[in-house]
Amino acid sequence: MDAAMYAEDELLPISALQHYLYCPRQCALIHLERVWAENRYTAEGRILHAVADSGRVRGRGGVRARGGMPVRSLRLGLTGVADVVEFGAVPGAPQVPYPVEYKRGRPKDQDWDRVQLCAQALCLEEMLDVSVPEGALFYGQRKRREVVIFDDALRAKTTETAARVHALLGDGATPAPGSAGRCRNCSLRPLCRPEAIRRRGGVRHYVAEALKDL
Amino acid sequence: MKTHCNTLYVTSQGAYLSKDGECVLVRLEDGTKARFPVHTLDGVVCFGNVGVSPFLLGHLAERDVAVSFLTAYGKFLARSQGPVSGNVLLRREQYRWADDGERSALVARCVLAGKIVNARSVLRRAVRDHADKLDAARLGDALARLDDCAARLERAQGLEMLRGVEGEAAGVYFAVFDEMVLRGGEAFRFAGRNRRPPLDRINCLLSFVYTLLAHDVRSALECVGLDPAVGFLHRDRPGRPGLALDLMEEFRSFFADRLVLSLVNREQVGPGGFTVTESGAVLMDDGTRRTVLEAYQKRKRDVLTHPFLKEKMPLGLAFHTQALLLARHVRGDLDGYPPFFWQ
Repeated sequence: MDAAMYAEDELLPISALQHYLYCPRQCALIHLERVWAENRYTAEGRILHAVADSGRVRGRGGVRARGGMPVRSLRLGLTGVADVVEFGAVPGAPQVPYPVEYKRGRPKDQDWDRVQLCAQALCLEEMLDVSVPEGALFYGQRKRREVVIFDDALRAKTTETAARVHALLGDGATPAPGSAGRCRNCSLRPLCRPEAIRRRGGVRHYVAEALKDL
Repeated sequence: MKTHCNTLYVTSQGAYLSKDGECVLVRLEDGTKARFPVHTLDGVVCFGNVGVSPFLLGHLAERDVAVSFLTAYGKFLARSQGPVSGNVLLRREQYRWADDGERSALVARCVLAGKIVNARSVLRRAVRDHADKLDAARLGDALARLDDCAARLERAQGLEMLRGVEGEAAGVYFAVFDEMVLRGGEAFRFAGRNRRPPLDRINCLLSFVYTLLAHDVRSALECVGLDPAVGFLHRDRPGRPGLALDLMEEFRSFFADRLVLSLVNREQVGPGGFTVTESGAVLMDDGTRRTVLEAYQKRKRDVLTHPFLKEKMPLGLAFHTQALLLARHVRGDLDGYPPFFWQ
């Protein structure tokens, strides 16, 4: 597929992929409606990233690690900042980047984090004209790395998700809330108000009842 | 979303506010200092000769804390605002609706439903609580006429008809408002609304509390990214916050008017706390203003159950919630605007 390239103006943040996979409505609220609310989880994540994004170079055993590296892909239409990119981690290939993303908590059942990391890898491939075979996710609660192989399936999912996010945000409409299960831990709940939107009878009924109340 | 509903009111003349880390540092002319953490504030209101440093203005703007400057008598002068927040798609939709009479009428009907239903509840509550002290028959008549207004509101077509019903409802309500003023005798007689200037003490109190309410509602609209100047019920007029006035309608009677009534009826403010000028205009004295501000702040902390969301929240947060529900309606999430019906 020879996808058309996006212009720099059209680039979306890589984080939108994860928001989209969690809940398309959440993605639209953040990136279209421009609302944001912090809860404990987002605050912890922000602090963790502030440490990783300090832009320092750290070296260990011949590995150069760069924190807070800006990346982009015109093919996917994405831009973002990779937490840490290591060079020299792949034996015999000192120029091959190895992205590492820091996450609070523990590995998730879904591959949201892997998609985000893969998007960084695809950005690095496009910018440096190299192939990036693997990277790692570092989970704060476990304090260990989980290796992520960027195979064809993950690359396809990442590319497809990027296209969907572009379609959603290009459309400009905020979708209705999805399954209620995910709303529980969502920091945007007070701004999203899924229960109000799912309310039976709707606003018309609510107003009509109040007017009748003699 | 804000959770504290604290507004810092600075009434000391000559006070200067500056940034001290994450705090607002208030320095008075006599050298006294006080600090207020920024994260606990959702607004700063400066009365009269009060200065604010540019760094503090910038910091507050970044944190969505509105700063307003009023004259010592509470007349609005100016406010500082950071970069326009929120969603351009939302504002464009708001402007399209405001240009479309039919769409505007749908929102206006909901807004007026809130106004009329709440005015009716205020009169009913007065009859229930003070049947022995007021002319219950007169209030009963007024209630019947408000019921009639509510019924006609459902059938009214177009903005002009809606405004007609509103005018009638407001007339009925203020015609019996005096019945609910139980103390103060002649000094607190009320014979109808007047504003520019207020010609009696009750009107002076009402106007001041409406100014405070307008400030809070306007901030709430700005926080959700709506343009407070472009209303659906209130037509555009330069310098007038039309949408803020729309959203205030449902809060006037049960929040602002009842606050004024309880200040007078509990004798927290007295006839001597005002200056009557030679022109007949009535001005509020400093002590009275302070009492009203304290009572206003206290009332905002009262917890109510939101009638649509069925969720407990302080009254001050209800402004933000209503602004959010309105934004969600404009974005097509909700099939109407659900006003806050006071029960």
